[in-house]
Amino acid sequence: MSEIRLIINGIKVKANRGATVLEAAQAAGIYIPTLCADPDLEPYGSCRLCVVEIEGMRGLPTACTTPATDNMVVHTETPAVNEVRRTVIDLLIADHPMDCLTCRKNQQCELQKVAAYLGITERRFPRTNRSFPVDTTNPFFDLDRNYCILCAKCVRTCHEVTGVGAIDLAYRGYTAKVATFGDKPFMESICKSCGECVVRCPVAALVPKETRQPTREVLTTCPYCGVGCQMYLGIRDGEIISVRGDRDNQVNMGRLCVKGRFGATEFIHHPERLSSPLVRRNGEFAEVSWEEALDEVAARLRRYQPEEIAILSSAKCTNEENYLLQKLGRAVLGTHNIDHCARLCHSPSVAGLATTFGSGAMTNSIGDIKDAACIFAIGTNTTEAHPVIGFEMKKAVRRGTKLIVANPREIELVRHADIWLRQRPGSDVALLMGMCRVIVDEGLFDAAFIAERCENFDALKSSLQAFDLDFVSRITGVPQEQIVAAARLYATSRPAAIFYAMGITQHSHGTDNVIATANLAMLTGNVGKPGSGINPLRGQNNVQGACDMGALPNVYPGYQAVTSEAVKEKFEAGWGCSLPPTKPGLAVTDVFEAAYNGQIKAMYIMGENPILSEPQAKHAEEALRRLEFLVVQDIFLSETARLAHIVLPGVTFAEKDGTFTNTERRVQRVRRAIAPIGNAKPDWWIICQIGKKMGSQGFNFAGPSQIMDEIARLTPSYGGISYRRLEKGGLQWPCPTKEHPGTPILHTQAFTRGKGQFMPLEFKPSMELPDDEYPLLLTTGRSLFHFHTGTMSRKVKGLNVFRGEELVEINPQDAEALGIADGDTVKVVSRRGEVTAKARLTQASPVGVVFMTFHFAESPTNQLTNPALDPVARIPELKVCAVRVEKNGSSG
Amino acid sequence: MIILAETEVKDKLDEILSHHSANRDELIPILQEVQEALGYLPQEAMQKVARFLHLPESAVFGVSTFYAQFKFFPTGKKKVRLCRGTACHVRGAPHILEEVEKRLGIKPGETTDDLEYSLETIACFGSCALAPVMVVDDNVYGRMTPKKVAQILGDKKRD
Ligand code: SF4
Ligand code: SF4
Ligand code: SF4
Ligand code: FES
Ligand code: FES
Repeated sequence: MSEIRLIINGIKVKANRGATVLEAAQAAGIYIPTLCADPDLEPYGSCRLCVVEIEGMRGLPTACTTPATDNMVVHTETPAVNEVRRTVIDLLIADHPMDCLTCRKNQQCELQKVAAYLGITERRFPRTNRSFPVDTTNPFFDLDRNYCILCAKCVRTCHEVTGVGAIDLAYRGYTAKVATFGDKPFMESICKSCGECVVRCPVAALVPKETRQPTREVLTTCPYCGVGCQMYLGIRDGEIISVRGDRDNQVNMGRLCVKGRFGATEFIHHPERLSSPLVRRNGEFAEVSWEEALDEVAARLRRYQPEEIAILSSAKCTNEENYLLQKLGRAVLGTHNIDHCARLCHSPSVAGLATTFGSGAMTNSIGDIKDAACIFAIGTNTTEAHPVIGFEMKKAVRRGTKLIVANPREIELVRHADIWLRQRPGSDVALLMGMCRVIVDEGLFDAAFIAERCENFDALKSSLQAFDLDFVSRITGVPQEQIVAAARLYATSRPAAIFYAMGITQHSHGTDNVIATANLAMLTGNVGKPGSGINPLRGQNNVQGACDMGALPNVYPGYQAVTSEAVKEKFEAGWGCSLPPTKPGLAVTDVFEAAYNGQIKAMYIMGENPILSEPQAKHAEEALRRLEFLVVQDIFLSETARLAHIVLPGVTFAEKDGTFTNTERRVQRVRRAIAPIGNAKPDWWIICQIGKKMGSQGFNFAGPSQIMDEIARLTPSYGGISYRRLEKGGLQWPCPTKEHPGTPILHTQAFTRGKGQFMPLEFKPSMELPDDEYPLLLTTGRSLFHFHTGTMSRKVKGLNVFRGEELVEINPQDAEALGIADGDTVKVVSRRGEVTAKARLTQASPVGVVFMTFHFAESPTNQLTNPALDPVARIPELKVCAVRVEKNGSSG
Repeated sequence: MIILAETEVKDKLDEILSHHSANRDELIPILQEVQEALGYLPQEAMQKVARFLHLPESAVFGVSTFYAQFKFFPTGKKKVRLCRGTACHVRGAPHILEEVEKRLGIKPGETTDDLEYSLETIACFGSCALAPVMVVDDNVYGRMTPKKVAQILGDKKRD
């Protein structure tokens, strides 16, 4: 970026070309008072506080909207300038309350700061009387319009930063105010409660309900989703009382969603936290000492043969803990029967992308989204499941990026989309291959890229024969011209990036779906460049890391195959022990079957709640009940922990050190902010103790930093990662050496497997489709306000205010036919079970489709879902099953 | 408050939207036509316009409330207008307004649920000599008192 020079108040100043006069002054440390300018918002120029004199320009231009130019001469403190500022503030405080000392914004208020700067000590204009009722409906913040100075920062934030658009300025003149649609309270609006507007409000109009200031802050990683936002936890007297987004990183750049900002602290101090080890004695849990609990775990685990034991690791826990647990499994218990919930979300990504590209992770970075000319979001409700990535996508669209959304449901992104394809659930292969066919037929593919970088193109071409528009349109329910339009837009806007999530993977043909996205990207040369790629959005905070660490039955850390003799020898040498044979262990979906049949007798479960997340959950529960020995390590007595013989209390992210790896492969630090609550212990410590008690030498670690050093030694893609380097910020793997800067984009020169491989596909319908008996299709997903099975988020009161129970979303047309009204209690019945919940009528659900989440133990949706498995990835078909909905007579 | 049958609103809207493009510059012309056809801007209509133009609903609300020409309630059979000009104000117009609000159970800009009355305030009728002034349809009532409000509007007390 080229530089310009200008003179401000007689001082020579350098600035980047394109900077405003305000930015140039700020960069040079010259204060210009402002009230409506914000570095994240487009220049607005409404408060007129930032006026300056510029030689050669008439009048008093506003510094925040005037571009700085070479040789400009600016004066910021002339009498005329100060007179305007003074008048602006006089007018603002004419109807502003003057209770600064007791105001919730005292010392943080920008109006106060500017008034002090200008030396204002009294009200010059007579007090006018404005009186608005305060909107206190939101559980986390209030809007008191009596303090509002109408700077519109909140409104612009909600449109420009978050893309939600819940509020705007309404009415005019004296009655002007910030309002939601219809001037309703916040809680009746579409507000997502992210608090981004609250953070930017200069005065006490939008204020958080919790306003205590922390005594110290610790930088860490959000514990909820795979975006991996960086945040500061504020601590006061041993309690976490505040959260604030960190601006100096490339992931969230200060932004947070409702869960991170308002939902990451309450569960830490929740009274139901487990604070002591529990051992079942005569059917009841008894509190015991750590010594006793650990001795018993070690002694009882010793009784089983390797093939009788299975381990469930956790995408919520750190890399170090996942590493240790798989090491415990392989090196001490002698089994490869280790897996975690990634099986249930992204195993097809790993399998499908390994086949086509050679490695199964998000190819590009979050920071790349802004560089995409076109975003194709299929099977991802990004704004709900990965909110900050959703912000980034909507911001890109605002700046001209084209957006294609393929989703059966009318999700929030649809409003921002250029094209919305409403495909039938389960028809994605047809849709994607149909788009490939159009691109090939119209010659829109990247012939040079295909020739140079890919193989097997002819096989793809012949398999496309089956996907003519007529067929594709019939299968998907999408009109032909929309398929053509989407194919053209995707193929001709370069670079184009594909994003997907569980809408693609949770199918009995999930691996095929992933392969289809890869075919489409390779066909158009959209791999290995900024703003392109295939981007599977990982759900949980550390699901990427848990996979990387080898918490999978077929790979050691770094995806080194269990089946390789050389790999086995490497780890035998590295760990100083002998390891189980080169045969993969059981996947979690098979583990439950094996436990049910009595083949698996003992299980160790860390931080997971399979009773709610597994398909056909009743069966999974029965399988756990049949175990001879079940150890559960968790922070709450989850539904699964209640079945355990021994429960070991782990700690939350705030009480331990470690690392999480986010969806874009970025390894980031988790830092201990407070000491463990009660008698709970960090999960890594617990695993080390068990390892030691079982006689292993490989668990003598002083702390997570040492564990990471061992990981780096044995995992090529993490080879250059150390806590010392992570102090300066996250690193994206592959990062093979101490000098390597990390890899923001994969496959830039060659694919991990050498050439990218096109794969022919055929359309396979979902295993269970609606019929006469079960006429509706059930699809599942997430709500913004909760996380996974709700173990953490449902302990946060404010989040339950938004969504306190399961809702069955159903199209009004279907509801009418069934005589169901909004809010009626209904019974959803499948071949495997039934669940009761309230109905919500919404056009967001297409006719014939009902939608539920899986966050609520009271309405365990996964008792309905179909355990039919993808043959390659062994993922169950959670996204499609047939149900019938009945009105529940007994309720109101 | 839904006054027109839902399908009626929907049909009229579909008709109006059918001859506009989904271009944001069309917002005000569309709102004007909707108001013309329905007499006011029901919330469902604003929502539908927002969806048509891919605009946030709040932005449509913001724009429509900015312009005095748009109404958000259907007008009642009888239109009560009160002056809030200076002359009327100093002679007790606020008390008159209070009384009217109490009797009709509505605020300025609103309409009673039975669609009998709507209430508005006006800057000045130009009949300052008669202050405070109230106008019901075309009948001008001068030197108003709370008592006279009762006589004019009848004794229908509402909540
Ligand atoms: S909390 Fe977030 S969604 Fe709600 S109004 Fe503020 S910025 Fe918009
Ligand atoms: S609420 Fe705050 S941010 Fe919004 S307009 Fe008022 S003063 Fe500005
Ligand atoms: S987007 Fe995800 S990582 Fe970021 S604050 Fe929200 S839940 Fe946390
Ligand atoms: S800060 Fe420039 S006009 Fe408000
Ligand atoms: S002030 Fe009321 S009529 Fe003029």
